Amino acid sequence: MAGKSVLTGTFFMNGDYACCEGALAVGCRFFAGYPITPATEVAERMARRLPEIGGIYIQMEDELASMAAILGASWGGMKAMTSTSGPGFSLMMENIGLGVCTETPCVVCNVQRAGPSTGLPTLVAQGDMMQARWGSHGHYEIIAIAPSSPQEMFDFTIWAFNLSEQYRIPVLIMADEVVGHMNERVVIPPEDKIEIVERRKPKATPEEYLPYRADSDWIAPMANCGEGYHPHITGLTHDERGYPVMDAATQEKMINRLVGKIRDNCEKIIRYDEMHMDDAEVAVVAYGISVRSAKRAVREARSKSIKAGLIKLDTVWPFPEKLIREIAPKVRGMIMPEINLGQMVLELERCAGGCCKVKLVPHAGGAIISPKTILGAIEDMIKEAK
Amino acid sequence: MSPRKTKTAVPPHPMDALLRTDRMPHIWCPGCGIGTAFGCVMAAIQKSEYPLEKVAMVSGIGCTGRMAGYIKLDSYHTTHGRAIPFATGLKLARPDAAVLVVSGDGDLLAIGGNHFIHAARRNIDITVICVNNLNYGMTGGQQAPSTPFGAKTTTSPIGSPEEPFNFCYLAAACGATYVARWTSLHIRRLTNSITEAMQKRGFSFVEILTPCPTSFGRRNKMGNALGTLKFYHDRSVIRNDIDPKDATLDFSSHIVVGKFVDIERPTFTDNYNLINKKQLGDWPHLDEKVPASKKQASG
Repeated sequence: MAGKSVLTGTFFMNGDYACCEGALAVGCRFFAGYPITPATEVAERMARRLPEIGGIYIQMEDELASMAAILGASWGGMKAMTSTSGPGFSLMMENIGLGVCTETPCVVCNVQRAGPSTGLPTLVAQGDMMQARWGSHGHYEIIAIAPSSPQEMFDFTIWAFNLSEQYRIPVLIMADEVVGHMNERVVIPPEDKIEIVERRKPKATPEEYLPYRADSDWIAPMANCGEGYHPHITGLTHDERGYPVMDAATQEKMINRLVGKIRDNCEKIIRYDEMHMDDAEVAVVAYGISVRSAKRAVREARSKSIKAGLIKLDTVWPFPEKLIREIAPKVRGMIMPEINLGQMVLELERCAGGCCKVKLVPHAGGAIISPKTILGAIEDMIKEAK
Repeated sequence: MSPRKTKTAVPPHPMDALLRTDRMPHIWCPGCGIGTAFGCVMAAIQKSEYPLEKVAMVSGIGCTGRMAGYIKLDSYHTTHGRAIPFATGLKLARPDAAVLVVSGDGDLLAIGGNHFIHAARRNIDITVICVNNLNYGMTGGQQAPSTPFGAKTTTSPIGSPEEPFNFCYLAAACGATYVARWTSLHIRRLTNSITEAMQKRGFSFVEILTPCPTSFGRRNKMGNALGTLKFYHDRSVIRNDIDPKDATLDFSSHIVVGKFVDIERPTFTDNYNLINKKQLGDWPHLDEKVPASKKQASG
């Protein structure tokens, strides 16, 4: 148990490893997973690191079990995560829904590869973005974030745990094969500089406590197993007591709260970054690995005196609707590069509301989109607008 | 108004301290064996003398899964088949808690079968109670991995063309440290077995054969609720300590019940801690400090 949970220092590290270090730094002490390319390195590092610091690594029999186990561990009071890729992400969907319905904090890192089915196991894609949003059945809201570098794999994993503890919801880290496998500089700050959010504990006595009576911000305090509150937790539609109630009125109340706690807090959840947007005529809106190509394309456009800017989406779900609605009337057009044939761009179009042109730079997967391709799209849009 | 909804003064039940009485009446059919099994589980929890805040119940989906909704403990009603992996996470995060999984035959060994064999192999320190009523009761009586060859269900209307699992043999083969089978008529022995299973370190398994007059009994000429109970009464034969592979279920003549396995074996946590002390030699010449596996010959 001699290991350190926060490896303060500067490292040359791949994104999968950085994800682990972020998790350990924020207090994750339970990992259940199943090996799958290109997320295996997350499990491998967790298997080495968790026992050093008194945590638990367990390799489960499949991804269904991995997801179920992290929910159980979270109710046991531990911060818990799993990591996977396409096929495994599909298998986790039902229990992600259980996590949403029972409001269980946990983190799932999906290091995306090209699909459908087995697809291209070793090569990049961003094809699971809509699955992240709607992959489990029923209507719900989710939080998904998209790191674009190993440093962000570290930073965003900390953020993911904090969001999950704050809003009591599974948080999805939508990484990809390139972000997961590339090595870059990763700076791990001193322990006292790491922001840590813990789940809200009940203030009521066990007799008065209702597991799903929310505070004014829609969030209900959470009693862990063994704390004497004896909550009943179910994936059935339930009331404030946590008891199953099979009627439309209870369903409406529960779904409105599950959705409301994310929608009403979305301004606090959503993060993004801007580059050269002050006078931009064309905005490249990008997330994940495509941000890196987009940055270079925007810089090159500027060097050619084209007024291009970048909006980097750190949060992809909930989608930054307000931001896009504000920017759309101020630009001639928006360009979204994504390694799929059009997923997040549908949201972009919806939020742009016809106030500007919206163009997709698609890629079916297997490689990243080159800066040149994005630059070409920027130049085309400027020409079309004239 | 239906009689179920009439509110009348109900005398206190001996298990009220463990029941969410505000959730009564329960959903189980008249003549169902789950109520009796549930009573035995609650009696065993009391006998085990665990502090109640340290006992948790995890269930999946199905009639038996609803036990978790009626017991006044930390109780988790999860997804179909996934009670064991959820309980695995819960137990590893809360090693001081006694974690009970309650599950039906379909939930535990059809959709959840993979988790069952792996949790037994790892020897996760949980107690798994399987209420086996030979079919999927909640959805109206479909074929399950427990349905005997030739028995009628809604999805095997002429008779099941498949042979069932022997759950106890399977559990023992996978490394369970405690394996027993009773019917819901063996109240005293069943309660004792669940208590022993809870106190046992390791993956312990208790199968309870119960009547399902509404779905299974009706289609298989087992008579009414009482008739189904008599069916079990007349055929049960107690054979403690026999090899689990001989613990057969032949519904035409006799069904073997008893305690079949009660062994010591290091749990997942024991071995995890041992390995992580890094004081063992390199495989396969591990240090002799490793506790020897004492699986039964049948394993």
